[in-house]
Amino acid sequence: MTDVSADLATQAVRPNDRSLFVRDERTTRRHRAEMRFRMMGLAAVTFGIIALLGLMASILNNGVSSFSQTYVKLAINLDASKLDKSGKRDPAELQKVTTFAYQPLIKAALVKTMAEHGISVDGVNAKQAAELISKEAPAQLRRYVLAHPDKIGETITFELLAAGRIDGYYKGRVTMESAALDRNVSPEQLRLADQMREAGILEKRFNWSFFTAPDASDTRPEAAGLGVAILGSAYMMLVVLVLSLPIGVAASIYLEEFAPQNRFTDIIEVNISNLAAVPSIVFGILGLAIFINIAGLPQSAPLVGGLVLTLMTLPTIIIATRSALKAVPPSIRDAALGVGASKLQSIFHHVLPLAAPGILTGTIIGLAQALGETAPLLLIGMVAFVREYPGAPPEGFFDPASALPVQVYNWTTRGDPAFVERASGAIIVLLIFLAIMNITAIILRRRFERRW
Amino acid sequence: MKTLKIALAAALAASALTTAAEARDQIQIKGSSTVLPYASIVAEAFGENFEYPTPVVEGGGSGAGRKALCEGVGENTIDIADSSSRIKQSDIDNCKANGVDEIQEVRIGYDGIVFASDINGSSFAFTPADWFKALAAKVVVDGKVVDNPYKSWHDVNADLPDQEILAFIPGTKHGTREVFDIKVLEDGCKESGALEAFVAAMGEKDGEKACLALRTDGASVDIDGDYTETLARLDANKQAIGVFGLSFYENNTDKLQVATMNGVTPSVDTVAKGEYPVSRPLYFYVKNAHLDVIPGLQEYIEFFVSDEMAGPDGPLAAYGLVPDPELAKTQEMVKNRTPMGPLN
Repeated sequence: MTDVSADLATQAVRPNDRSLFVRDERTTRRHRAEMRFRMMGLAAVTFGIIALLGLMASILNNGVSSFSQTYVKLAINLDASKLDKSGKRDPAELQKVTTFAYQPLIKAALVKTMAEHGISVDGVNAKQAAELISKEAPAQLRRYVLAHPDKIGETITFELLAAGRIDGYYKGRVTMESAALDRNVSPEQLRLADQMREAGILEKRFNWSFFTAPDASDTRPEAAGLGVAILGSAYMMLVVLVLSLPIGVAASIYLEEFAPQNRFTDIIEVNISNLAAVPSIVFGILGLAIFINIAGLPQSAPLVGGLVLTLMTLPTIIIATRSALKAVPPSIRDAALGVGASKLQSIFHHVLPLAAPGILTGTIIGLAQALGETAPLLLIGMVAFVREYPGAPPEGFFDPASALPVQVYNWTTRGDPAFVERASGAIIVLLIFLAIMNITAIILRRRFERRW
Repeated sequence: MKTLKIALAAALAASALTTAAEARDQIQIKGSSTVLPYASIVAEAFGENFEYPTPVVEGGGSGAGRKALCEGVGENTIDIADSSSRIKQSDIDNCKANGVDEIQEVRIGYDGIVFASDINGSSFAFTPADWFKALAAKVVVDGKVVDNPYKSWHDVNADLPDQEILAFIPGTKHGTREVFDIKVLEDGCKESGALEAFVAAMGEKDGEKACLALRTDGASVDIDGDYTETLARLDANKQAIGVFGLSFYENNTDKLQVATMNGVTPSVDTVAKGEYPVSRPLYFYVKNAHLDVIPGLQEYIEFFVSDEMAGPDGPLAAYGLVPDPELAKTQEMVKNRTPMGPLN
């Protein structure tokens, strides 16, 4: 204030001293202040972008390789004398032959194939050569034989997974130098793998099983996939959507359109905003107490996960829905009521359709939030090693399952370095899902939202 | 308020649904993250070779697993608790109080605990006394009990390289820490003669406690996460030394070099022979009341301790589990479903 009056005073004394074309000191100072603020804002945005790019680069750098996998093509003789001693092809008898009996068949086939192609490396015996092939291979063979008992005795060509270290060699994770120090692979084995690759026995290609296969134990990172986790997440999202959308919308309509404005509704309003800010692990504790201990629902089930995430998502949906309802101008309601519609008709025929894009956007954002949540799942037993696919709904909702963010967490705690790649790959998949959901929300909003 | 009502409604709907849900048909396991990899290897092989579904294996720590085991009998409680330390009397009492009377104790083998540093750094040959002197809050210098003055491993023991003391040790929630306390710190405290000095200066009880008190000036860092976190910290700080499980080290031999303890290099072999001092048994505890209720439970535990899995040539030994020389006895016990007796 004093500045202004001082300024006025000077102006009054020397009215012709100022030019609009020459910047005086004060203007320069104001311009500088603006410049400084702009620079700060720009720096903040740049910092954000650099951090994001760094994160993305590190995840992509680690994870893109999980989308390809090294396979070994082998013609394996399904020796009847080893797999079916009785010769009756009796399923019960075949069932008794364990994967330990299949291992020698693979070794024999590998030795034979190597001899055919004239491949040999000094210092690699048959046992070490067989280590090039994943421990998942005998299980793959056994599954095939149990499904096709008539093929016993024939020679079938299989595509088997290469062991994690060999796969890592073709992805740059394992090098000759590191192999020399590594107890699980030797440089000679890598040279053998190189020769096999030249002979066309070994090849690297796109890894579909990363999206379909279940998790695998620590000894076979090459076989681990996201199948169960994706299915589990999908089931949970289904439960969340089916429960939280109707409950959330009904609650919002009541609060916004019918509920009287009194102390009681004020308390509810405050509580909803508070719930939206409650840490998600609290909902996990609640879920454990109510759904598992009191209601007796099974552990690790997507249904319980979905219920817990519903509790977490509800406040988000209610807040979004209420603001969408609020954005519909009162004139719409008044017009409907004016031509004789009941309150319910005015809401369901006019207000709700106009608010729908906003409600959908809120729901999708709520779902995306729920999709990335791990903490509450920790308490209800979903952070686990689950290999069995959950069944088809509705029984499948009670079967144990994993979830995408849980799988990321699980893999990062494993000892074998190959799981780092898998975990980053899972992060990429999760990010893609999240991006799709958020983009859908934006498109819905852009296309259908009306402004008054 | 509204949300509470909604929660109640959901719970009611859920309980109505459960009556329709069928009985659980897969085994549920929870517990030690040290046993987790072994349990999942067995679970995977079990699922492959038997008609039963693959068991669900959860981590969370030995204590959490035993607590969950003792929550009661019924399909929404777990069947097996993995544990990297022996069950405690408090757990057994808790079990009894909740109606879990018979539990089987199954020892699956041994685990070595190793001290490892960056592959390109200097090599170390430790004794428990070195570790005690390097990490204890109070040490004995010239017969007097003083605050730990050592900065470098060379100060502790003239044979060790001149490298700053920085150790990443497991946090107190880990079963591994218990072994570290007993087999390294306590033994080191006794060997170096510090125990006597402590007892003389502080009395018996406080003297023994002083053996386990660690310095708080940043030379000893508790890691509450998994070994992967220790490895990441080691990668960022090449001067440090980390504490790992033997199997984790075996999987990362290209990044870590292992230190000897009392002149013995840790390996499955030396732990099995009892030469390497820092090792511990691994267990799992089975709720006997579930044995004929959950399909495949008996088969699973028998398969776990079979020679094919837990024997010296099995996949567990290949992953770093030290096989139990008394495995045959355990197999017999599991077959007879012998419940464990009182703790001795």
